[in-house]
Amino acid sequence: MGEGQGRSGPGAAERAGWMVADTWVVAGRYLSHLVRKPEEIVGTLLIPVLAVLLFGFVFGEAMGALLGGGGDYREFLMPGLFVLTMAFGIGNTTIAVVTDVGRGVVDRFRTLPMAPSALLAGRSVADVVSALVDLAVLVAMGWLVGWQWHNGLWAALAALGLLLWLRLAFTWIGIWLGLVVRSPEAAMKFFSLVFPLAMVAETFVPVETMPGWLVPVAEWNPLSATVVAARELFGNPAGPGQGWLAQNAVLVALLWPAVLLAVFVPLAVGRFRRMSR
Amino acid sequence: MSTVIRAQGVGKVYGGGRAALEGFDLQVESGTVHALLGPNGAGKSTAVRIMATLARFDSGQVWLEGRPVQSNTRWVRSRIGFVGQYAAVDEALSGRRNLEMFARLSHLGRRRARARALELLERFGLQGAAERAVGQYSGGMRRRLDLAAALVADPVVLFLDEPTTGLDPRSRARVWQEVRELVGRGTTVVLTSQYLEEVDRLADRVSVVRAGRVVAEGSPGRLKERIGGGRIEVVVEPGDLAVAERVLGRVAGAAARVEAEAGRVSVPAGQGTLGLTEVVRALDKAGLVVQDVALRRPTLDEVFLSLTGEEGA
Repeated sequence: MGEGQGRSGPGAAERAGWMVADTWVVAGRYLSHLVRKPEEIVGTLLIPVLAVLLFGFVFGEAMGALLGGGGDYREFLMPGLFVLTMAFGIGNTTIAVVTDVGRGVVDRFRTLPMAPSALLAGRSVADVVSALVDLAVLVAMGWLVGWQWHNGLWAALAALGLLLWLRLAFTWIGIWLGLVVRSPEAAMKFFSLVFPLAMVAETFVPVETMPGWLVPVAEWNPLSATVVAARELFGNPAGPGQGWLAQNAVLVALLWPAVLLAVFVPLAVGRFRRMSR
Repeated sequence: MSTVIRAQGVGKVYGGGRAALEGFDLQVESGTVHALLGPNGAGKSTAVRIMATLARFDSGQVWLEGRPVQSNTRWVRSRIGFVGQYAAVDEALSGRRNLEMFARLSHLGRRRARARALELLERFGLQGAAERAVGQYSGGMRRRLDLAAALVADPVVLFLDEPTTGLDPRSRARVWQEVRELVGRGTTVVLTSQYLEEVDRLADRVSVVRAGRVVAEGSPGRLKERIGGGRIEVVVEPGDLAVAERVLGRVAGAAARVEAEAGRVSVPAGQGTLGLTEVVRALDKAGLVVQDVALRRPTLDEVFLSLTGEEGA
């Protein structure tokens, strides 16, 4: 049985209006958590910032040789780190959701006449907003180490849009995981899976340098499409790949998150509605 | 009086096949405090969670004001308030932000939500802590905020799942007072409790729940009549036991029971007809030194025993 309409239930337009309003109120709740706990942003940014230093400077020369064309490795690296940060956001989302569910506060939300999915959507919106902060910090970091965009502001904004689009899809994976796992500790274990996901991709090295059997996996990794598309839009050096995927990276970077959303939004919402402790 | 809630033959089975409720029937009249009294695991919480749309059920039917709850969740949620066993508030936000958020999610609109939050903070004596994060509240304050949060939309029915468990006596009295005030304003209250005393003080009607069904129902007075009012116990010097037995027997008009090893003599308290002061005065007159005197209420186990005539749970 789904959520009842009720004989005197509001019309579809009114319901949609409340859905947006409720989502916004919930997002406001999560964003004020973030304001109270800025260390969470620092925590999220720690890995990418360390990666800039490690990969950009410590391994930078060796990595640069891999590019074949000898392009600047730090220029190559930054879009990969942007995407890495988007992917690592899953951890924050999952832990926030699993902690919330463990407390009584979700019960309160579920006894209010709000749109039930607004609770999840609010989390998603809040995470995308905080990803915007992450990206701003990383862009500044990039400038410091000599990274730039070369195709103008609009192309750069389009690249940032693709990054946030990917982050949006990942928030729903995180929300679903948060509703499935039972404790923050269990969520942390899942989180380690993000590492291979982030490494077996275009993130740090061109996929062509990987073992042959791994290349298709890395190529079709949703992260790769966004990395390649972002490099293209920023005008940063790309790997030697010339296949269909490399040619159509922007398209694939638009499609992948859409597919993930189509799968995980219904999964998460369904799971949330069936939940009853 | 009209019926606000009706449950008929409600059954719920948890995964693993354990029945939480089986043939649960309930009728709650408007403007009353209706208590579900029962031990841990009796199914009280499951029952209120079902009525409050938080849990689903497998058989039977539940109506709120004549509408089936399971097919009218959104509407039901606009008519009820729920206070669970754990404070359902956001610890990172201030008390005011919490109430404002819940009011807005109850679709009060921004301005009315703000006014309502301030009004409730004042009513629950939290205005001084309004801007403090709830994480810094004491247990009693948190409970009050939780109750306030359940009231933002002026519910027709308020569900309270063990509202005073874990509270100190002062906070408990405060919650009781608030519940009485609410009912005075016309709200219907359904609460669960493990405490006979609480039910006695608050409820108009009591349903005794055991093993997933209602095994007895009536006013607290009627139930107490059926189970007796407990015993008055007196501890005296070992040499005084015989005298104490005689004195107590006379005052109570019933045979006294002597437990020589404990130095204890007890008589039935009747229906509040016999007070502790009377007993102490009579013993004093007889020249006895009273070491301890207490009114021992029947335990919940004894209540179930006398109501169901069955052993154990």
